[in-house]
Amino acid sequence: MKKRRRDLKEAAIRAFFFTCGVLAVLVLVGIFLTLVTTAVPAFREIKLSEFLFSKAWDPTSPEKAEYGILSMVVSTLMVTGGALLLAVPIGIAVAAYLSDVAHWRVREVLKPVVEVLAAVPSVVVGFLGIVLIGPILAKIFHTGNGLNAANGSILLAIMALPTIISISEDSLNAVPTAYNEASLALGASRWQTLLRVKLPAGLSGIIAATMLGMGRAIGETMTVLMVTGNARAFPHGFLDSVRTMTSGIAIELGEVPYYTTHYYALFAIGLVLFVITFAVNLVADVVLRKYQEREQ
Amino acid sequence: MKKIAIIALAALALFGSILPAAPARKMIQVKGSDTMVNLVQILAEEYMGKTPGAAIAVLGGGSGTGITGLINQTCDVANSSREWKPKEIDQAWEKGISPRFFVVAVDGLSVVVNEKNPLEQLTVAQVGALYRGDVKSWKAVGGFDKAVSLYGRQSNSGTYVFMQEFVLGNKNYSADMKEMNGNAQIIEGILQDEGAVGYVGVGYVHDQSGKIRKGLKVLKVSKEPDGTGFLPTDKAAVDSGAYPLSRPLYMATNGKPKADVAQFLAWIVGPEGQSIVEREGFFTVGEGKYRAANDKNFK
Amino acid sequence: MKTSTRKGIVQAIGFFALRAAMGLVLAVLLLFLYDIGKKGGGAISWEFLSQAPRRGMTEGGIFPAIVGTFLVTLITAVLAVPLGMSAAIYLHEYAKQSRLTRLIRLSIRNLSGVPSIVYGLFGVILFVNVMRFGTSILSAGLTLGLMTLPWTITASEEALKTIPNSYREGAMALGATKWQTIRTNVLPYAVPGMLTGTVLGLARAAGETAPILFTGAAFYLPFLPKSLGDQFMALPYHLYIMATQHHAIQQVRPLAYGTALVLIVLVLGMNMTAVVLRYRLRRKQR
Repeated sequence: MKKRRRDLKEAAIRAFFFTCGVLAVLVLVGIFLTLVTTAVPAFREIKLSEFLFSKAWDPTSPEKAEYGILSMVVSTLMVTGGALLLAVPIGIAVAAYLSDVAHWRVREVLKPVVEVLAAVPSVVVGFLGIVLIGPILAKIFHTGNGLNAANGSILLAIMALPTIISISEDSLNAVPTAYNEASLALGASRWQTLLRVKLPAGLSGIIAATMLGMGRAIGETMTVLMVTGNARAFPHGFLDSVRTMTSGIAIELGEVPYYTTHYYALFAIGLVLFVITFAVNLVADVVLRKYQEREQ
Repeated sequence: MKKIAIIALAALALFGSILPAAPARKMIQVKGSDTMVNLVQILAEEYMGKTPGAAIAVLGGGSGTGITGLINQTCDVANSSREWKPKEIDQAWEKGISPRFFVVAVDGLSVVVNEKNPLEQLTVAQVGALYRGDVKSWKAVGGFDKAVSLYGRQSNSGTYVFMQEFVLGNKNYSADMKEMNGNAQIIEGILQDEGAVGYVGVGYVHDQSGKIRKGLKVLKVSKEPDGTGFLPTDKAAVDSGAYPLSRPLYMATNGKPKADVAQFLAWIVGPEGQSIVEREGFFTVGEGKYRAANDKNFK
Repeated sequence: MKTSTRKGIVQAIGFFALRAAMGLVLAVLLLFLYDIGKKGGGAISWEFLSQAPRRGMTEGGIFPAIVGTFLVTLITAVLAVPLGMSAAIYLHEYAKQSRLTRLIRLSIRNLSGVPSIVYGLFGVILFVNVMRFGTSILSAGLTLGLMTLPWTITASEEALKTIPNSYREGAMALGATKWQTIRTNVLPYAVPGMLTGTVLGLARAAGETAPILFTGAAFYLPFLPKSLGDQFMALPYHLYIMATQHHAIQQVRPLAYGTALVLIVLVLGMNMTAVVLRYRLRRKQR
C-alpha cells in the first residue's frame, strides 16, 4: 500500500516537472498565437501586398494612412548587415586569438572581460552612441549629426561581438587535437594550421555564431531607437537616418488607441520580426546540429 | 536555496520599512504631452510640497498617449499640446467618456535653427514647405547653401499633429524628417547640425538662466510673405495671436473633475501655478477667453 | 627567402592582426567604461543614491529608480528561477530522447532569440490586458520573467550536467526513487551552480528597457511603489528619458551619466558575483 502511494507521489512530481519542461513550448506557441491573432485584423483594411512592399509608413497621415513596412525592413537589414560586416571578421579574429595565440593565463582573464561587454545594457550602449559615437561620426563624415544607420551598425556590432566571439571560440577549441597535430607534423606553421585546418573545421560553429549574432542585432530595440534618427524614409546610404522595425513598434505602441487598424498593424510588424528571428535561429540550430553530429 | 530565500525576505522587509506611511488615497495619474511633461511634473512636485496628502504621478508618452489613456481609462488627466481630433472625441463618446478641457498654459511653438544659419525670419508657408520636403536647400528660402536637415517629433506628439494641421496644411511630412523622441533631443540635434531646423515648445529654447540656449537661434515667423515676423518669446505677440504658431496647452478630464483633481487643476490655473508656468518659459492663460472657458468647465 | 622564414613572417603578421583585433575590442570596452566612470563618478554621492529626483529631475537622486529595478527584478526571479530550475530538472533527469524533448529544446533556444520588444507586446496583451494586472510591477516583472526563462533553464541544465552520474546511481542502487535521488543526491550539489547561472540572467533582465516600456515603467512618480500593482520608476528607463526626453538634456547629462554608472555597476556586479561563484564552485568540485 505504501508503495502505491509512493508511486503516485513520484508520478505527480514527474508530472509537475514535465509541465515546467513543456512550459517553454507553451510560451513560444503562446507568443506566436498572440501575435497572429492580434495582427490578422489589420489585414481587413490593409492589403498584404501594400504592407509588405510599400515604402511609406504613415498611419496617422491626414491625407491617406499608409501601412508599408518595406523601408523599415530594409533599414533593419541594412543596420544588421553593417553590424555583421564589422563584427564577424573582428569576432572571428578575437576568437582565433583567444584559442590559438593567447597564453592560457591571459585567456582566463580575457574571456570574462569579453563577457563583460555582453553585460552592458542596451540602453547604456545607446546612450554612449548618442554622447560618444555620434559626435565622432559627425566629425569624420562631416554630416552635422551622428544619428544614422552607421551609428546603429557600430553599436549593434559591439553588442553582437560577445556572442560571435564566444561561440566561435568554442567551435575552434572543439576541433580535434588530432587535426592540429597532424597539420603541425606535416610542417605547417601555427598560422597556417589556424587558417587552413582549424577555421574550415570549425566553420559550421562559426556560421552558427554569426547567425545568433545576427538574430541579436535584428531584435535589438533601445540602441537603435536612440541613435538611428528614426526617419521614415527609405534609406539610401549608411549616413542616412533610418527607422528599424523594432524602433517602429516602440515609437508608436504607447500612443496607439487599442483595437484600431494602427494597433493591429504594429502587432503585424511584431509578427514579421518574430518570423525573421525564428527563421534565423532555426538555421543556426540546424547548422550547429550538423556540426555536432559530424564531430561524433 | 534557503540563503537566497532569507536574503529575499530581508530585502522585502527592508523595502517595506522604507515605504512611507502613505495615505489610502490613490495617485492622480497624469499622462501625455512631452511638450508639457516637464512643466506638469514641476507643477505636480510643487503642488505636492504644499498640499499634504496629494499624490500625483506624471507620465509622458506624447499627446496621443495621454488621449488614448483617458479614453481607455488608464489615467485621470490627459495632457495634450493640441486639440483632440474629431475621431478621438467620437471614440471617447463611444466608450462613455466625456472629455472636458482646461487650458493651463499657452505655448508659442518655436521654429529653431543652428546659430550659424543666417536666416532671421520665415513665413508659415515657408516652414510648411521645408517640412513637407518641397524645399531641400536653405538657398531656396534665402538662406545659405546647405541642405536642409529636418528634425521633428513622432506621431504620438501633439506638437507633430499641430504642425501638420496648421503649418503643413494637413499634408504629409517629408519622409526624411528625423523623428526624435522628445523636444530636448531635437534641440540637441540642432546644436550640432548647421543645416538643421526643428520645432519645439517655447519652454525648451531657454537655458537655466532664462536666456536663449547658446548655439540656438529662434526664427521670427510671419503670417504673410511681406508681413512682420514675431518671436515666440514675445508675450504680447503670442497673446494677441500676432505670432501665428501660438497654441493653448490642455489638460483634459473625464467629465467634471473629481475633488482632488479639481483642486490640482484650480491651483495650476491660479496665481501660484501660473507663475511657475511663466518661470518654465511658457505663457500664462491670461484673463481672456481661456479663463472663461476654464471657469465654466470647473462647474 | 627560405620557406620557413616566409612562413614565420606571415605568421607574425597574422598573429599581430589577431592581437590587434583583441586590442580593438578591449579598447572599445575600456573607452566605454572610462567615459561612464569619469563622467558618472562626479554625479555619484550618497544623496544621489538615496533621494528622489527634485526640481523637475534636475537635482536630487535616483533612489526610486533603484528601488523599482530591485522590485521588478525580484518578481522576475520569482517567476524565472523556480520554473527554470524545474524545467531543467525535467530535461536532464526525467526526459528521454524523444521528439517532444527536441521540440522543448528547440523552443528554449528560439525563446532566447525573440526580440525584447516582442516580449513587451506579449506582456501588454497577456499581463496588462487579459490578466488585468494593468501597468504594474507585476506585469513588468512577469514579462521580464518570461524573457529570462530560457536563460535560467539553460544555466540550470548546465549545472545539472556537472553532477557525475555516479551520485545518482549510488542512490538508486540503495533503492531510492527518482525524486528521492534528485532531492538528496543531485539538487544539493547542483543548486549553487544553478543559482549562479540564473544570476547572470537576472542581471540581463535588470538592464532591459523595451519589455517594461509599456508594462509599467513611469516617467516620474512621487512615491515609492506600495504594492505590486503600482507603477514604478526603473534605472534603464530613467536613463532613457534622461538622455532623450528630459527638457534640460544638457543640464542633466551628468545625472544621466550617473544613472548609467549605477546601472552598469549593478549589472556588472551581479555578473562578477556569478562568475566568481562559478569559479569557486568549479574549484571545489575538482
